[in-house]
Amino acid sequence: MKEQKLQIFLSIVNNYFNQFGGEELLVDTPYLLENQQPKVHDYTGVIGISGVQKGVVYFSATNEMLSRILDSMGEPDKSENNFVDLVGEVANTIAGNARNEFGASFHISVPFVFKGSPQSIILPKDERSFIIPVTWYGQVGEIVVCLQN
Amino acid sequence: MYKLMIVDDSNIIRNRIQRAYDSGKFMLVATATSGVQAIEKFNVHRPDVITMDLTMPQMDGLECIERIIAIDPDVRILVVSALSDKATGIQALSLGASGFLCKPFSAEELAESLCELMQD
Repeated sequence: MKEQKLQIFLSIVNNYFNQFGGEELLVDTPYLLENQQPKVHDYTGVIGISGVQKGVVYFSATNEMLSRILDSMGEPDKSENNFVDLVGEVANTIAGNARNEFGASFHISVPFVFKGSPQSIILPKDERSFIIPVTWYGQVGEIVVCLQN
Repeated sequence: MYKLMIVDDSNIIRNRIQRAYDSGKFMLVATATSGVQAIEKFNVHRPDVITMDLTMPQMDGLECIERIIAIDPDVRILVVSALSDKATGIQALSLGASGFLCKPFSAEELAESLCELMQD
């Protein structure tokens, strides 16, 4: 995956958090994931990409970050169901917004969500995965983008 | 008062839309979590206006728009979706949607889009 594509996702992620106003999202330096397991937090929403590009985009966040996002949406219900719903919706929004740049042939799946850390995460082989660490109101999350060149 | 139906597979987005619309102008008559459920509820409640997600299980929003417009060509449909490419927007409008609001959206943007939809 070229770094130009990474820039697209950085812009989308910033835009997502800017909708709430308040504290600005802190984006740490994105890094390339090589031969290691990607880090996941309490909840992770995964979107499969097919069509003109192939790969995955996922968003992983702590309970606390998700709770903060729900607060910003005015959502009082902090149940596990809503954490699952939210993490999938954030992943879906980030991947869906990428179609503005990549076009309608950038097909996205419905979100797949998991809780906690699986034993292993298998990302597409022969592709570079970029990790974008983010912090918002002191809470951490990550966006992982793995796309074909 | 316009009858409103909200179609989205996300509970938090349905709740967010419920908190954002102008309750002086719109009355919520139904919510649906898929295209299939939306058509069932449309036939029962006959809303004047619908907010419609596109990426949903069972039946996606584009197919749902096409089927609902075939039943009632006068219903107003506001697409509320993360799919931000022009081609999808044009396709939704050509199938009969009346407006498009891209996620993420603010409460003000949603309320404004719904009001604009009913003024056309």
